[in-house]
Amino acid sequence: MLLREGVVLALNQIRAQKLKSFFAVLGVIIGVMFLITVVSVVEGMNKYMEEDFARKIYGLNTLTLTRRPNMDFSSDPDVWRTYQRRPRLTFKDADALRAELDYPALVAVESGAGGTLRSDRGVEVTNVQFTGASADFFRIRDLDIERGRGFTGPEDRAGVPVVVLGSEAADKLFGALDPLGRVVKIGNDPFRVIGVLKKQGSLFGFSMDNRAIAPSHSAMGRIVNPRGVVDNILVRPVDPENIESVKLGMQAVMRVRNQLRPMEQDNFSIETAEESLGFWKRIQKILLIAFPGLVSIALVVGGIVIMNIMLVSVTERTREIGLRKALGARRQDIHIQVLVESATLSLMGAVIGIILGLIGANIVAAVSPLPAAIAPVWIVASVVMGGGVGIVAGLYPAAKAAKLDPVVALRAE
Amino acid sequence: MSDPIIRIERMRKDYVIGSETVRALRGVDLRVERNEYVAIMGPSGSGKSTLMNLIGCLDTPSAGEYWLNSQAVAGKDDDELAHIRNREIGFVFQTFNLLPRATSLHNVELPLVYGGVPSRERRQRAETMLEKVGLGDRMKHKPSELSGGQRQRVAIARALINSPAILLADEPTGNLDSQTGNEIMALFDELHAIGQTIILVTHEHDIAERAHRTVTLRDGIIASDIVGGTVGYARAASSASDLTAAGA
Repeated sequence: MLLREGVVLALNQIRAQKLKSFFAVLGVIIGVMFLITVVSVVEGMNKYMEEDFARKIYGLNTLTLTRRPNMDFSSDPDVWRTYQRRPRLTFKDADALRAELDYPALVAVESGAGGTLRSDRGVEVTNVQFTGASADFFRIRDLDIERGRGFTGPEDRAGVPVVVLGSEAADKLFGALDPLGRVVKIGNDPFRVIGVLKKQGSLFGFSMDNRAIAPSHSAMGRIVNPRGVVDNILVRPVDPENIESVKLGMQAVMRVRNQLRPMEQDNFSIETAEESLGFWKRIQKILLIAFPGLVSIALVVGGIVIMNIMLVSVTERTREIGLRKALGARRQDIHIQVLVESATLSLMGAVIGIILGLIGANIVAAVSPLPAAIAPVWIVASVVMGGGVGIVAGLYPAAKAAKLDPVVALRAE
Repeated sequence: MSDPIIRIERMRKDYVIGSETVRALRGVDLRVERNEYVAIMGPSGSGKSTLMNLIGCLDTPSAGEYWLNSQAVAGKDDDELAHIRNREIGFVFQTFNLLPRATSLHNVELPLVYGGVPSRERRQRAETMLEKVGLGDRMKHKPSELSGGQRQRVAIARALINSPAILLADEPTGNLDSQTGNEIMALFDELHAIGQTIILVTHEHDIAERAHRTVTLRDGIIASDIVGGTVGYARAASSASDLTAAGA
């Protein structure tokens, strides 16, 4: 019998028994739905981590020198005690790197803290991310200035009280007014606004635009850190090819400065965006192994349910099968008919599951900071799995139906 | 004389039920010529249904030979039998056996589906056949929307769609009132008149009388075979030994 005939038959059968069919494939629907939801969220986070997160935190092709790694989820208290004993980074470290690296590179310091920003009109914005940075910070971080300008090297060294605002901070403080040339206060220190950054978007639901960046030697330096101390030193080689060599150079310079003996471990960390993703890759691997595992359990259960429903269906239709055989259906015709019906049923479940899963992923994306990205590979995989479950579940009922003796089947009630 | 459409020789059928062997047919010889109209009668347990299943190629004999339309049937496997049923036999059942959710048209098409006929041709042939049985205006109706007589007409159209060698009807009027039953029997007469070979299994004498030949089974053998009121080819109480003796 033609395959098309079987599909039409299967659809009629499903249409005739909508509720029963729905319950038959509920397991498949739920399994596929969760698979698609989870995978979409994981995939979305993955994309996010690689494209947004790492770049926004670390910048592209940038080496970040810190006292301790930003991304360390170790729970070992000894490790944390070691980090605490490490010396803090200073402006002098940055100067030394600038002077001693063998390859041309941009070097900037960066220190951060949170606080409240006040406009000359008395408007207050809280939870602003303050950054004290060198002039090259903007270039290293690819921060584009929408209006006005960034501060210069001389301005930084002289500690001129100027500030570049994030777009959100600027909006909140000044609304429709032009912020350029206006004065904002951090504590009691006034800063003149010279630029506004292009909108950056958010990271895990936290705005990247509610910020203020001022020269590291201005009053901002004291606000964010004790005098002379910085959080990070950013180094971006002019030629990205040199990143490994520059990293080794930084390590050498810092080991000398910190007077480490050859056998001693580094008492500083140098990170890149790529390395920072290591922890995330581990989480992702676990998620992508564990979840499909759980889902396949759901699919096995779903398959067993379908098998049972198909067995009932075959029993109910014994007489019909007998008739079909009397009219000339061969074993394989009956076999294919049952398999196609089972596969169609399961495929419909998978399709419903995919749709619900995508809706679920979008709901998760809407109500939480987690992003969602549709992964076509997993949609194809779900369809294949759905069909596969249906075919496997249909094998036994199909064999049973095909083997029916027409004489006995025709006599059945 | 041309080959008979049915030639059965020394056919036996045993059923094993638990430790007992039931000998349903104990050596049946039967010849049916083209365009004969034969009624098979007999009390329940006489082997009537068994013979019908064997003639209909739904079952295979335990022993003996069966030629249907010059093809040897005994010893064929399931799929070969399915093919023979599809081509050579048109079944009409007491309970109609239509697919309840399918239209008349689709029910009539069904044998063509298994015969591998393309859908356009299937449809045309099914429409023509339904018109022939007087249901040209009921093609899109489902069995539940049809009367008993109409359902049986759909079943007859389905039986005839592949121009079978024999029309095999099992109590075709058993579920119909007498008037509708007569209409169906009149349709059988017409079919016979245009050359169709018909085998009718029934236990009703007035139905059997419409056939031109009546074969009566008793205890698994043919007890009588009467053609137009006279003794026919197989003769009463025919047995394998008789035939062998006659042949020798």
